[in-house]
Amino acid sequence: MVEQVNLKIDHLSVSVDAGATILEAARKVNVRIPTLCHHEDLCVAGNCRVCVVEQVGLDRLQPACAIPVSEGMEILTNSMKVRNARKQIIELLISEHRAECTTCYKNGKCELQSLSNEYIVGESGFLPLVPLKGYTIDEFSPSIIKDDSKCIRCQRCVRTCDQIQSIGALTVAHKGGEMKISTFFDKPIYEVVCTNCGQCVNRCPTGALTEKTYINEVWNAIDNPDKFVVVQTAPAVRIALGEALDMDPGEIVTGKMVAALRRLGFNAVLDTDWSADLTIIEEGNELLQRLKRVLKDKETDVKIPMTTSCSPGWIKFIEHTFPDFLEHLSTAKSPQQMFGALAKTFYANKIGVDPSNMVSVSVMPCTAKKFEANRPEMRASGYQDVDFVVTTRELAMMVKQAGIDFKSLPDDDYDSIMGESTGAGVIFGATGGVMEAALRTVYEVVTGREIPFDGLNILPVRGMEEVREASLKIENPLPEWDFLDGVEVKTCVAHGLSNAKKVMEKVKNGEADYHFIEIMACPGGCLGGGGQPLPTSPEIRKKRAEAIYREDAGKKIRKSHENPEIIQIYEDFLVEPLGHKSHELLHTTYTPRNRY
Amino acid sequence: MKKGLKRLDLIFKNEHDSAVILEKSLKRSNEELIEDLISSGLKGRGGAGFPTGLKWKLTAEASGQEKYVICNADEGEPGTFKDREILSSVPHKVLTGMAVCGRIIGSEKGFIYLRGEYKFLIPKLQKAIDEFHELADSLNLPFRVQIFLGCGAYICGEESALFESMEGHRGEPRNKPPFPTDSGYRKGPTVINNVETLAHTYSIFKYGPEKFRDLGVKDSRGSKVFSVSGDTPIPGIYELEFGMTLQKFVDDFGDGDAKAVQVGGAAGFCVPRKKFDKTVIGYKGKLTGISLPTGGSMMIFNSSRSMYNVLHNYLDFFVEESCGQCTPCRVGTQQLLLGIEAVKRGDKSSQYLEKLLELAETMRVTAKCGLGQSVANSFSSIVENFREEMIY
Ligand SMILES: Cc1cc2nc3c(=O)[nH]c(=O)nc-3n(C[C@H](O)[C@H](O)[C@H](O)COP(=O)(O)O)c2cc1C
Ligand code: SF4
Repeated sequence: MVEQVNLKIDHLSVSVDAGATILEAARKVNVRIPTLCHHEDLCVAGNCRVCVVEQVGLDRLQPACAIPVSEGMEILTNSMKVRNARKQIIELLISEHRAECTTCYKNGKCELQSLSNEYIVGESGFLPLVPLKGYTIDEFSPSIIKDDSKCIRCQRCVRTCDQIQSIGALTVAHKGGEMKISTFFDKPIYEVVCTNCGQCVNRCPTGALTEKTYINEVWNAIDNPDKFVVVQTAPAVRIALGEALDMDPGEIVTGKMVAALRRLGFNAVLDTDWSADLTIIEEGNELLQRLKRVLKDKETDVKIPMTTSCSPGWIKFIEHTFPDFLEHLSTAKSPQQMFGALAKTFYANKIGVDPSNMVSVSVMPCTAKKFEANRPEMRASGYQDVDFVVTTRELAMMVKQAGIDFKSLPDDDYDSIMGESTGAGVIFGATGGVMEAALRTVYEVVTGREIPFDGLNILPVRGMEEVREASLKIENPLPEWDFLDGVEVKTCVAHGLSNAKKVMEKVKNGEADYHFIEIMACPGGCLGGGGQPLPTSPEIRKKRAEAIYREDAGKKIRKSHENPEIIQIYEDFLVEPLGHKSHELLHTTYTPRNRY
Repeated sequence: MKKGLKRLDLIFKNEHDSAVILEKSLKRSNEELIEDLISSGLKGRGGAGFPTGLKWKLTAEASGQEKYVICNADEGEPGTFKDREILSSVPHKVLTGMAVCGRIIGSEKGFIYLRGEYKFLIPKLQKAIDEFHELADSLNLPFRVQIFLGCGAYICGEESALFESMEGHRGEPRNKPPFPTDSGYRKGPTVINNVETLAHTYSIFKYGPEKFRDLGVKDSRGSKVFSVSGDTPIPGIYELEFGMTLQKFVDDFGDGDAKAVQVGGAAGFCVPRKKFDKTVIGYKGKLTGISLPTGGSMMIFNSSRSMYNVLHNYLDFFVEESCGQCTPCRVGTQQLLLGIEAVKRGDKSSQYLEKLLELAETMRVTAKCGLGQSVANSFSSIVENFREEMIY
């Protein structure tokens, strides 16, 4: 057992594990100490000083987030000394922050604003620093907007980019009054190694880092009578949207979300889960082809392990960081882009709409999807395949703007075609989900039998462990796949780019004997994406993951290759996986990029 | 020059006996050596005044694979240049102190963190180090010293920012605890001492703790090297006994018209003429009157000086040299500077000075490191003692 330490917080006795911080001890006795630079996902910084408390016997105040408890410590969190200091520190932060709260994108969700609500009565009193600084807003990126005038230098973004993502696109530059969060040579975010994952946006306490919003563009399209507006919804949106609409983490709101989208005025409400199933068919077959060419035909120029390609943050990361390893990526497009390419071709044709009059919108848990939709490769239909990407957060805003009482909405169903999906499509939203969905299909294609896991639940690839390895032995395959007999198929799942980096270093050093690797840029997979409702924490992501697997378990069909609308599209249009049409519409290429 | 104060010549006396002193010290036990340091009463000369013997003892007791001895030669305090003098005239004393420290704490790696602007010292210093390595080899002491050149930021003199800088990171102070004695450079237990502190250990090992103790007053033992500048006919470096009153100091060094002395540089206190004879130069202790520690800078201002300008200069310095990491210091320094300007211009009433004094106090109790914590020293002492000069 860990050694216990006894102390007093505001005269309340508490004992906690040795090594715990004052902040953790205070939480245990339900004493709330305000924080700003502190974030559960990040290492301790102790730089905002909002959490300072008084330790009896010490002259200086102590940052509760950074100081470990010690035996007999007496802490006061609400003494006059603490209140005065805390108030002044918040006043200082306000003085260097452009407080245009009423028009700010983060209005109502800004942590500085809520601290100000609690502690500042009347004017803040210090001189405004913002007018002296000549700030410009970086809004060149299709995904992320950086507004230094709202930055309070807590460095949560810097720590996120460095520790969770191991990218270091955002760094601290200069010192003293000039100190700011910057990029390589202060270039626009668009031009540096930023992967657009939006994890920094998820952790920015103010409006300094936000997603670029396309809400107005979407409203305009909906209001235009000449446009046929289709919307697709990613797997992880349905298990998180409720959080931004006053519901608890982990609530599944698929039916309400579909109803809301219809009310907003979209002409067709379709599902990215459907194209996730399609991705499994294409990517699964690609994997089998690669295995055949390597193991049976002994071709040497085919790259194994193959890695997934549906996370656009991961794609941009590998393009920057491991540009010599792009051939390991599956050429299959992400579900969003498969959907986009088919919407303006196959679907437009089916329903008799001129693709030039079609506007394709997607609702994603992700900010990198905005960049992905704008990639020059993503115009297979002859148009931009996906016109506008809005995040889960933006959709919640639209629902509010439309005056919809979300909680009381009756459940509704997706439109057909391209609306039917399986449990395999749903679990794309969680780390390990693509791997599990692929294995459910690939194993059955190879052996003709269902994968031997209770209830099709492949537990070894689930969970929140940073890097997970699992293997599966193939026995008695169908004759076509006899070269796989006895082969132990080795897989690896990683989420968060720092973990992706670890895995890729192994690949690079020839130390990885995997066949298939799933990588998601964000912690927890898409459910922890940069466009998801705020706040985020390990606890919240766990609840979202549980909801995803509940949704999967509740589906009648659990395997991608059994989705009737998928079977249909191969019969009607695509002909066969990896066929001519697939190559034209559903596969893509990658671009090596610079390392800064 | 009047001859009121006793001038000393412990530090700069060029004694060519490092070999003897080192050999003699290495023959003694760690406990004896630490006991000598503790009983000498030596406190750190880098500003914070931590007892040196205790620092070495704590580091010796700390568990950790790799331990380090670091000589802090960042000397960034404006008006201070004593460490430069020590390193260029008696480097072997510093190196001997480091080597004995290494033996005591169990470290074979020493570094001299040299201020970027002192790059010109390197050839001479490296030669001294090379000679010292030969000596160490001859005594079978595997201790090695390396020079690490800083890049000119004042904050990198703060010990934990210095470690960050040596590790290749941005020079930002760390949270404490852990203290360097437990976790310093590369997370190893580390002794970090000022150049002058290390040179003093040499004298203590050579002459014994009594001789050191006999100098100075209670809580402030030994001698101290001062960098005297400002309105003085005799600027320069002087080794003086601790415990003098400021009046005596001004009698010796002033130009007859001193109205204030800034003790300890920008981070120190400003003492007005009327408090000269009540102020003792030394570490905080139970002495009657006010006692002020100093990294060594003594700046004298005569009545022609505007104390508003003096304070403005200091605040300019802090606004620029704050690492920018923590709120009270980054924003507080800017607000203090803008604030006194606004009061001077008449845009804010003189009442605003009270708000600024409160802010300085908040900075003192909440800033993350010594830099932000000490801005209040000069700010409050100047504003309180020269309030009229701030307003009119
Ligand atoms: C902003 C700042 C700058 C400092 N600069 C120096 C310096 O240049 N040289 C130095 O010896 N100590 C400096 N210090 C003090 C060191 O942090 C540390 O206390 C000292 O090196 C310990 O050595 P000592 O015990 O021998 O004094 C500085 C402290 C602060 C807060
Ligand atoms: S007090 Fe100033 S120098 Fe020290 S950590 Fe804070 S901002 Fe940096």
